[in-house]
Amino acid sequence: MRHGRWRFLLGALVPALVLHVVFVLSPYAQAFYLSLTDWTGVAGEAHYVGAGNYARLGGDSLFLDAVRNNAVMLVVVPFVTIAIGLGLASLLRKGRGAGGYQIVYFFPQLLSLVVIGVLWGFVYNPNTGLLNSGLRAVGLGSLAQSWLAEPVFALAAVMAVLVWSSVGFYVVLFRAAIDGIPPELYEAALLDGAGAWTTFRRITVPLVRETVQVAFVYLGIAALDGFAVVQVMTVGPGGPDGATEVIGLSLYRNAFTYGKFGYASAMGVALFFATLTLAVLALRAGRRERLELA
Amino acid sequence: MNLEPQLRPYPTRRTVLKTAATAALAVPLLSACVTSGTKDSGGGTEQGEKTTDNPLGVKTDAPLEVVVFKGGYGDDYAIKAETQYTQHYPKAKVDHKGLQKVGEAMQPRFVAGNPPDVVDNTGAGRLDIATLVSAGQAGDLTDLLDAPAFDVPGKKVRETLLPGVVDDGTFGGSTVALNFTYTVWGVWFSKPFFEAKGWTYPKTWAEMLALCETIKKAGVAPWTYQGKYPEYINDPLLSMAAKVGGKDLIKAVDNLEPGAWKQDGLVQAATAFAELAGKNYLMSGSEALSHTEAQAAWCQKKAAFIPCGSWLESEQKGVAPAGFDMVMGAVPALTASDKQPVAAVQAASSESFLVPSKAKNQAGGKEYLRMLFSKASATEFAKANSTLPAVAGATDGLTLSSGLGSVRDAVVAAGDNTFTYRFRTWYAPLAKAVDDATGELVNKRISPADWSTRIQKAADALAKDATVTKYTR
Repeated sequence: MRHGRWRFLLGALVPALVLHVVFVLSPYAQAFYLSLTDWTGVAGEAHYVGAGNYARLGGDSLFLDAVRNNAVMLVVVPFVTIAIGLGLASLLRKGRGAGGYQIVYFFPQLLSLVVIGVLWGFVYNPNTGLLNSGLRAVGLGSLAQSWLAEPVFALAAVMAVLVWSSVGFYVVLFRAAIDGIPPELYEAALLDGAGAWTTFRRITVPLVRETVQVAFVYLGIAALDGFAVVQVMTVGPGGPDGATEVIGLSLYRNAFTYGKFGYASAMGVALFFATLTLAVLALRAGRRERLELA
Repeated sequence: MNLEPQLRPYPTRRTVLKTAATAALAVPLLSACVTSGTKDSGGGTEQGEKTTDNPLGVKTDAPLEVVVFKGGYGDDYAIKAETQYTQHYPKAKVDHKGLQKVGEAMQPRFVAGNPPDVVDNTGAGRLDIATLVSAGQAGDLTDLLDAPAFDVPGKKVRETLLPGVVDDGTFGGSTVALNFTYTVWGVWFSKPFFEAKGWTYPKTWAEMLALCETIKKAGVAPWTYQGKYPEYINDPLLSMAAKVGGKDLIKAVDNLEPGAWKQDGLVQAATAFAELAGKNYLMSGSEALSHTEAQAAWCQKKAAFIPCGSWLESEQKGVAPAGFDMVMGAVPALTASDKQPVAAVQAASSESFLVPSKAKNQAGGKEYLRMLFSKASATEFAKANSTLPAVAGATDGLTLSSGLGSVRDAVVAAGDNTFTYRFRTWYAPLAKAVDDATGELVNKRISPADWSTRIQKAADALAKDATVTKYTR
């Protein structure tokens, strides 16, 4: 009997573990190893070059552009997305037809990022795009820009797309969190004469804090990526002149265009640690917040 | 109530370190996977006897595996050559694969040391040819080039190819790739449109600027370009420089000589294009348009000129209106003392066919290429795809469309004065630096002097980089 149970447990666990090791852990481990070599991606052999690839990262101006852009995205994308998401979710709390809005907000989540990139590429088209045409239609033609081709606007244009594509998901997430807040609290606040803003600031925000924390981790990871949208939409891609370069794009170009898989792996490992650090910091901060509430 | 577990922040330093240590221990165990391919599983094991009828010594019953990029040209032309092969060697089994992502599919096979016998390394996902060569994965094709041509009596294969084709596939003295199509770069316009407006294609840059002024006054943007991919506007710029400075200028650039990008010809050409942009002769918004968007605008006669390679006509099939009749002109001469005539054109072959050095049936692979590069096969290809093949005279006697006809005329007019830069295939990172700089130049964000300084810096860094295999010409 006991023997059979072990067999059952093993049978259930081993296939999943094997898949995890083969398709998740082993590629990670190989990337760590390859980042110390000069592997070209097509040779059957790789030479050990020590930390050479990592030393190179610091002198690669395009990679440094990518780090700078990812850092900007890391600050802007999560904050803006969460601000809009939280705002919309709390408006939906009492709005009529909230369910319908919620479905509409969620639509972008159903599209693949590549499709989103292509569609927004059309929107940003300087001559026939929706954005400039709209500006011209309302007499603001002087504000029309070559959005993706001006270094000043290109990264902002990319971030706007990232925010647009993710905000719907967080509206749904925050809505669920807000629904979990006991209605008595809101009633009490109403009786005490609290306005909408005070209610939002004093009740909604503190009580969905943990969800926001998780959202920060997810959005932070998404902001450190950005590859698909940049690759599809931007000039170059990654341009003009590195203005929208992201680490993922540098990595991809070095691996698949330049045949420098070793160097690209070093970028991947650096990105891995950046993401890990972000997640650890956010999670630790999250635990502390929860204690304050308890 | 026990708060203890909650007080401890998770993940703790200890758990993070523990996981990292486990991962580090696992590395050596797993690391062998990617690069475990055998180093020299010597290719070319299938070899037969060489005879007059079988000059490459094909083992008649050895199977042949052919991988072809199935893109804009389809793969019918390759299948036809395979039929030819099986007619010749009825005992051989031909395995054909027409793929879109050749690189993705072939990379693991190269790594594992069992590549197919013929690879058409083409398309957006192709493997970097310079990387393949430096990894010793591309086999030498000299005996194929010296073999008798398949259907041109008395000539060797190498003698049937258009100028530059053999050079394009040569890396460090050994020819490892044979390109099937021949591309010529120039400036395109609609002949009937120009005739209706009374404009003639200019021979010199001064004439070009004067014509641009006329075109602009007529309410048409003189130029547009595929701004999302700045390499398109690079081609006429570098062509112009090559005409000013001659083939020595190109050589200096390709050989990464110090100061190569500061040569007069290059700076002058950059200045010419900066002027084109400075006078607002480029259609506004071009800088953000993809190739499809810019080319569509040009087909709608919103702009008069567009720079492109000779694939433009087949790419615009269905977009260009009836009677648009596009033709390609050679890039105008910048100075009266240009070292190459105005008819000189930038021309290079593409659609690279390789016989991997670790392929089992190398003789068969080369024999297959001998048939593919036969005149009859090339003519069929030209008919089906309105694209110039790399085989000389393949379009003789054919009625050509306006675009392809103008391309052939340009090649004939250029004669020996065709040229090509090799740095794009040799040093992909330098190509990226040049594209970025030119994009900035024609958007008036940097001066011609900055342009050459920037690119020179990138070229110098590359020249110093010991990890990059260098080539010279």
